[in-house]
Amino acid sequence: MSTEMSPNPFTNLDPRSRRRRRWGRLMEGLASLAALLAIAVLVILIASVARRGAPALNVDLFTQVDAPFGQPGGGIENAIVGTVIMTAMATAISVPLGVLIAIFDTEFAPARLAFAIRMTLNVLSGVPTIVIGVFIFGLLVVGHGYSAFAASVALSIIMLPLIARSTEEVLLLVPGTLREGGMALGATRARTVVTVVLPTAFGGIITATIVAVARAAGETAPLLFTTGIFANAVVTDPSHSMASLPLTIFTKSELPDTHDQQVAWAAALVLLVVVLVGSITGRALSLRTRRQIEQTR
Amino acid sequence: MTGQQQPDANDAGRTPEVATARPATRLGELASGHDSDPAEGREVVFDLDGVTISYSGKPAIRDVNLAVHRNLVTAFIGPSGCGKTTLLRSMNRLNDLIAGASVDGSIRYHGHDLNTSDVDAVEVRRRIGMVFQRPNPFPKSVYDNVAFGLRLHGMKDDLAGRVERALRHAALWDEVKDRLKASALSLSGGQQQRLCIARALAIEPDVILMDEPASALDPISTQAIEDLVETLKTEYTIVIVTHNMQQAARVADVTAFFSVEVGDGGSRCGVLVEMGPTSGLFIRPSDPRTEAYVTGRFG
Amino acid sequence: MATDLPRQSITLPTRGRPRIGDLGLRGLAGAAAALLVVVMVALVYEVAREAWPSIREFGLGFLISEDWNAVTNKFGALDPMWGTVVTSLVALLIAVPMAVAIGLFLSELAPRALRTPVTLLVELLAAVPSVVLGLWGILVMGPFLGQHVEPFLKDHFGFIPLFSGYPSNQGLLPACLILTIMVVPIVASISRELFLSVPGELKQGAMALGATRWEMVRSVSIPQVSGGLVAATMLGFGRAVGEAIAVTQVIGGTLGIHWSLFEPADTMASRIAAQYAGTATHLQRASLAYLALILLVISLITNIGAQLISVRIQRRMQGSSA
Repeated sequence: MSTEMSPNPFTNLDPRSRRRRRWGRLMEGLASLAALLAIAVLVILIASVARRGAPALNVDLFTQVDAPFGQPGGGIENAIVGTVIMTAMATAISVPLGVLIAIFDTEFAPARLAFAIRMTLNVLSGVPTIVIGVFIFGLLVVGHGYSAFAASVALSIIMLPLIARSTEEVLLLVPGTLREGGMALGATRARTVVTVVLPTAFGGIITATIVAVARAAGETAPLLFTTGIFANAVVTDPSHSMASLPLTIFTKSELPDTHDQQVAWAAALVLLVVVLVGSITGRALSLRTRRQIEQTR
Repeated sequence: MTGQQQPDANDAGRTPEVATARPATRLGELASGHDSDPAEGREVVFDLDGVTISYSGKPAIRDVNLAVHRNLVTAFIGPSGCGKTTLLRSMNRLNDLIAGASVDGSIRYHGHDLNTSDVDAVEVRRRIGMVFQRPNPFPKSVYDNVAFGLRLHGMKDDLAGRVERALRHAALWDEVKDRLKASALSLSGGQQQRLCIARALAIEPDVILMDEPASALDPISTQAIEDLVETLKTEYTIVIVTHNMQQAARVADVTAFFSVEVGDGGSRCGVLVEMGPTSGLFIRPSDPRTEAYVTGRFG
Repeated sequence: MATDLPRQSITLPTRGRPRIGDLGLRGLAGAAAALLVVVMVALVYEVAREAWPSIREFGLGFLISEDWNAVTNKFGALDPMWGTVVTSLVALLIAVPMAVAIGLFLSELAPRALRTPVTLLVELLAAVPSVVLGLWGILVMGPFLGQHVEPFLKDHFGFIPLFSGYPSNQGLLPACLILTIMVVPIVASISRELFLSVPGELKQGAMALGATRWEMVRSVSIPQVSGGLVAATMLGFGRAVGEAIAVTQVIGGTLGIHWSLFEPADTMASRIAAQYAGTATHLQRASLAYLALILLVISLITNIGAQLISVRIQRRMQGSSA
């Protein structure tokens, strides 16, 4: 046994080592502070919207249309209906297309082509939404006028890469053994995809859709170009312009009248709740889907 | 963890065959070259007392008592899953990096407990160097790999000289002296491993822990590493984990044999079976489990 | 073209002749992919077409002209470009270090139990619609900045041109901060994934040499992911440059170039958002489309650039593991 106890080198550090530890702790502290700051911004934001929007939450808000300029009362029923219809139409366009693109990419396309398509999806998702607005304006609004249909096409272009990329990721998670199992039984590739791959990836596709819907519901710029002027009434005909939550918030946020601002806050609260709940649900589901698929491996 | 265990599991199945080809006598022959009482009169560097290491409350190795002496090569051998690597990694607090790992009992280094709350784990690792199973040079130049630790610890006087000495020490200098600026990743696996040894030597540690340092290398590179271990022990205390008994018989003065005990619920936990001078352990093992393992009868 | 290629991809033997269903699904999927390419091409074509009168009239001189006058029908992009550059760069300058730090916190520093919830919160910040952020920016943050922060900056740092001028509720500064809030979560999520991809054996190698955790991060992790961080920064830049709505709400929207961060200004995106619906002349709308074209080109460059960097990194990592 060694009995002589020299001063413990592990507790008595030289000044330089102490400096290094302090510096390390400082940097780690700053990184933690940055994370704290980001969370604080989120909390402040949600709290602000909730505090200002909550007082205006009442039955009228959901059952009345926007009051004519300068008059009290009124609600956002037309905006809610418009947002729901336009988002639903955009979903109906983008989900089948997005899933098909993902299938093509993972199941049929040769590597180079798949890479090129993936690249195109990423590039499309990086295009500023206002540019998509300009695009759809020239394509569908000039000569035809504002319409909810044009808005849904614009929104679907925004949703498409989100859905295609996430679906692709889930499809790639589906184990090759499952595919080969289907093929080995003599099923064609298409049959295997439809009966084996898609059902396995179904949860993932739902998740992708929820996340994309949450994104589209809050999108404002394309609506500005396609439904820039709308009636103070519930509209359900997609060939006409419709009110929407984002545009209601946008226009009212710039008005000086406090009543208008109040309605803007209430609409923002509704939109924020929808978007956040959608995001959280999407993420929770996505974790579950991944785990389930990984278990089948 | 499992990734690291993989080669271990493969090789562990292979090694006993090699051993049985020329049974215990061959190992005995190799082992008999070592002093029969190597620890006599040597200072104790590590003193492990009742050490149990658990992951998330599940013990991986249990109740280990052993001592490591200065300027000797101590080998940890045993089948895969016996916790020898886990034990090694607790000797420089590297297990801290694994979530849920905890150590009970005491690990003393020159009498200082390594696991008290006021111990600075970074300083522990600076004095107790480590070489890993797979060569892990940084994606930097050969020179910068060796200078890495020197710069960290402010050992910047005569940096080039220190780098050269470390590389010479690791028997790598002649091979890399003309390409110190080349990427370390351009070296062969064996050279990379010696570079990692040089990197560890550069900061002048007292002890070098080696975790199966040759398991990923070809026979010639393995030979080079073993020769290196032999020369390094004049200045350093070395603990080497190996699954290769011949390697232990060749390089180690003292050998500790670990085994796996299967508990009631099927839980597996490592234990130290016996430890002693290599010459004794391989020629006259006192525990039947050791005998079974060294003669290759181990399942 | 696109529909021919897939046939080469049949790698697994199909028994018997190809069936109708197989061809059908492949054709349908191929058509969807082709449509994607058509949309992408049409997007570029249509925006360029809308911009064409302005391109023909002003050429590249558009980029260096400060004019924006519907009466004289002269238009130039210089001042909204200035606004875009200032807001994006200031936002990146604040956002990137913060985001990398957050990525680090989420991957290395945070206690394990906190990692998933905090990651989720950061992702939620990215999900907040820009119009809601803009509403908060114009009614809460802007007034706070104008009444408290900007006077302070002016009093203490007024000698710097950026902090001269009169504090106001709308202007470059709130726009910069709103963009920062939008960019941080994007770059932070990517950084987190990058840090998680650093091989554990390299990190352990540094720790085993007596590096503190910060030294390990600085000298091993950050160099290892630097390419990815550049790509993330480019994506963040693309996002900041293209954001229209929230910026329109807080920036104030004026003509001219001002040094002061306090004064109202305009970015390319905010000018398009504010003026497109009510253009006085045909050439004004074409000029706004010209701005959109510039944004489109910037987004193409940053996105393709970022992707090429990621591809190169992936190749390198596959190469080194082989």
